[in-house]
Amino acid sequence: MKIVYFAFMQVLQFTDKGIYCPAGDFYIDPWQPVERAIITHAHSDHARYGNKHYLCHHDSVALLQLRLGQDISVQGIAFGETIRYNGVTVSLHPAGHIIGSAQVRVEQENEVWVFSGDYKVENDGISGQFEPVRCNTFITECTFGLPIYNWQPQAVIFSNIRQWIQDNQAAGKNSVLLGYSLGKAQRLLYNLRDVTEQIWAHGAIYIPHQLLREKGWDLPEIHRITPDTPPSAYKNNLIIGPPSAADSSWMRRFNPYALGVCSGWMQIRGNMRRRNADAGFALSDHADWTGLLQAVKATGAEKVYTTHGFSSVFARYLTENGIPAQEVKTEYGDMDEETGIPETVNSESNNTPL
Amino acid sequence: MKEFAALIKILSNSTKTNEKLDALSRYLAIADAPDRLWVLALFTGRRPKRTVNATQLSNWCLQMTGLPAWLYEECYHTVGDLAETIALLLPPGKSISVHPLHYWIEQLIQLEKAEEPIKQAFILKAWEELDTSERFVFNKLITGGFRIGVSQKMMVNALANTYHIPAPTISHMISGNWDPQKTTIEALLSENITEADASKPFPFYLAYALENDPSELGTPEQWQAEWKWDGIRGQIIKRNGQLFVWSRGEELITEKFPEYQPLLEILPEGTVLDGEILTFADGFPLPFQTLQTRIGRKNVTRKQLQEAPVVFLSYDLLEWKGEDIRTTALQERRLLLEQVVEQINHPALRLSPAITFHDWEELARFRMQAREKGSEGLMLKKLDSTYQVGRKRGDWWKWKIDPLTIDAVMIYAQKGHGRRSNLYTDYTFAVRDGDQLVSFTKAYSGLTDKEINEVDNWVKRNSIEKFGPVRTVKPELVFEIGFEGIAASNRHKSGVALRFPRILRWRKDKPLAEINTLEDLQQLLQTHKQ
Repeated sequence: MKIVYFAFMQVLQFTDKGIYCPAGDFYIDPWQPVERAIITHAHSDHARYGNKHYLCHHDSVALLQLRLGQDISVQGIAFGETIRYNGVTVSLHPAGHIIGSAQVRVEQENEVWVFSGDYKVENDGISGQFEPVRCNTFITECTFGLPIYNWQPQAVIFSNIRQWIQDNQAAGKNSVLLGYSLGKAQRLLYNLRDVTEQIWAHGAIYIPHQLLREKGWDLPEIHRITPDTPPSAYKNNLIIGPPSAADSSWMRRFNPYALGVCSGWMQIRGNMRRRNADAGFALSDHADWTGLLQAVKATGAEKVYTTHGFSSVFARYLTENGIPAQEVKTEYGDMDEETGIPETVNSESNNTPL
Repeated sequence: MKEFAALIKILSNSTKTNEKLDALSRYLAIADAPDRLWVLALFTGRRPKRTVNATQLSNWCLQMTGLPAWLYEECYHTVGDLAETIALLLPPGKSISVHPLHYWIEQLIQLEKAEEPIKQAFILKAWEELDTSERFVFNKLITGGFRIGVSQKMMVNALANTYHIPAPTISHMISGNWDPQKTTIEALLSENITEADASKPFPFYLAYALENDPSELGTPEQWQAEWKWDGIRGQIIKRNGQLFVWSRGEELITEKFPEYQPLLEILPEGTVLDGEILTFADGFPLPFQTLQTRIGRKNVTRKQLQEAPVVFLSYDLLEWKGEDIRTTALQERRLLLEQVVEQINHPALRLSPAITFHDWEELARFRMQAREKGSEGLMLKKLDSTYQVGRKRGDWWKWKIDPLTIDAVMIYAQKGHGRRSNLYTDYTFAVRDGDQLVSFTKAYSGLTDKEINEVDNWVKRNSIEKFGPVRTVKPELVFEIGFEGIAASNRHKSGVALRFPRILRWRKDKPLAEINTLEDLQQLLQTHKQ
């Protein structure tokens, strides 16, 4: 039996530091330093510096330490494991966004709120299978919350990428794929492991990749591009770089090459041309329109908050379709895939980890 | 259709001319003759008349997807292209069609007089049979405009590769007013050009902008200088007892300029003149805005003829008494031209004067007077130059005057289209008037992609209000706006209309307090109005 009173309880609040649970006194993905932070995943707009204590999924621990320093205070838990703060129960559930990515379920006196973090519903093979969590209130990202964004199954996209690499080889060109160093790069490498004899990568991709391999992830062996790497080494092979490498001096050594960009924004022709890519692959680690709707419905939530992306549009659509929804402002979405704008180019970025 | 969709994908993605040319040549090699003709027609602006309009397409897409209209609008603003928006929104197609490009175009043409339900049934069936990339080009065939950077020159070169005919010949063969529904590619590319179509203009010879100091061109004695006029480049042709007037855009515009009709009687058979179509009164060019009143309409009123009388300022003679003289030296063509204009002696046909100068410094001083002469700078042409085809370096140069400039603040931003969709790229600028801001122009080009991203980001964070696709922004970003001319206008709040406004640079160093004022604009108007 549901008690109406609970439907009005603000288990989570939106404050200027981040998403806050007053009863449990913790924040989720805060953008200003706090005492206790629960982190959905290790991307820089969700896992920021300066928090006293971090809580995240086991698989995110090493990534957080790599990005924020070995000396941070961080606790890892498993999916479905519960932790209690002042009578508030917290658990993490797979989000399918990147390795270690989680949704945060918060329960207080039978009222359940879930913050999705970033997620996608398709299983990419390495980031886990998104799991819908029943709740009263669902806070969802909606980076691609417009019906023009509907992804093809990744098998189709990877087969297109393979074809593209073959065509490049036939034309005597190296294939350079750009994708975010944490998440997209592992997804590419996991699914394209045998596409060329060797696979080469920028340091920004190599470092987390090696770390993940050490932790036992089933990822292929790759080689790091250094100033001394002879061009013959990567000839005809696949090269993976971070989005910031576009137009940078780092790219010049690969001439002649074809440039492919992997991002949901590549769904629109204009974006592809703006990025000066030879090919764009609409491969995203975020849910598409159908995925968002499917996820929202599966939670059974009677109230939805929409954040980063086409949040006002998505909220209006949900409301018109019988699910009361409201847009909230957060400070997520600074990264490449979320804005469609490449990070500032730094030619010295060879050694920066992420 | 699959091959054509693939071609469009390459053409719109690639920024490299050679890649595009290769793709186009490869396509022509495998396409059948009717498809070749239609590709040529589409890429040279000869598309068939629209038989289905954008509203119909939008409505049918809404019916098929069940989306609310407001959401469809949001999608359109994000994508920036109707054809693409619809292609992305439709449920997955069956991808079963094997029809070639010309089938779809012919079917669309046949819809002209059809009732709406028949049109709808056809379009819905097409959407069902095509895949996403085919749907996109199919929608583009309806909505018009493949703006994918295929120049006339590239089309000519691709045909030259395919048919093994020299590019200048192809260029001439495909000019003029041919209709893809009434000819074939074989007929078009057959040998006897002038007999086939007497109206055909010669391909225009176009100049590049001078990048270095003119003294690097050699000695002044080798060069002819002329004023560069701000009208419409055109050719007047008399052949087969008919008069044809062509614009540089290869549009036949004979009807729009009745002033030239008397020339039919007095020009000898087989004459082609190259020159500038210009509004002109009392021996002086009128502002371009007056010519604009003459371009848009088919039937010219008496009032327009009085207020915006047009002359032809000729600067070259390309055919004389039926003989193509483009390969003789400019010097000789000029001499002949001067005689012709004198003999014809008609007020509608004037000679664009050559400027006598002795050294480059003197010419530079002439250039400074260009605005007073109602011109936008100088043309430099080598005396021994032949009349070439298309834009070529070396023998002809344009040496324009520096633009007028004003520092202004951005007050509105709007998303761009096509390549720049989903980015705020179209800005409206204002100058100060006391403590008010008065908008005076829109400007687009001039920023680098990186700057555009930066401004876009700023706009998204600093919007005050949203009106449809337009956002009002905090008046803070200052830009230097360049323009070629200024005229009084009662259509604009500021009282002025600018010619060719564009962003010259982003003045990050300038605060709002230091931008120009409405008074400065009025001052420019007083100094530079013609």
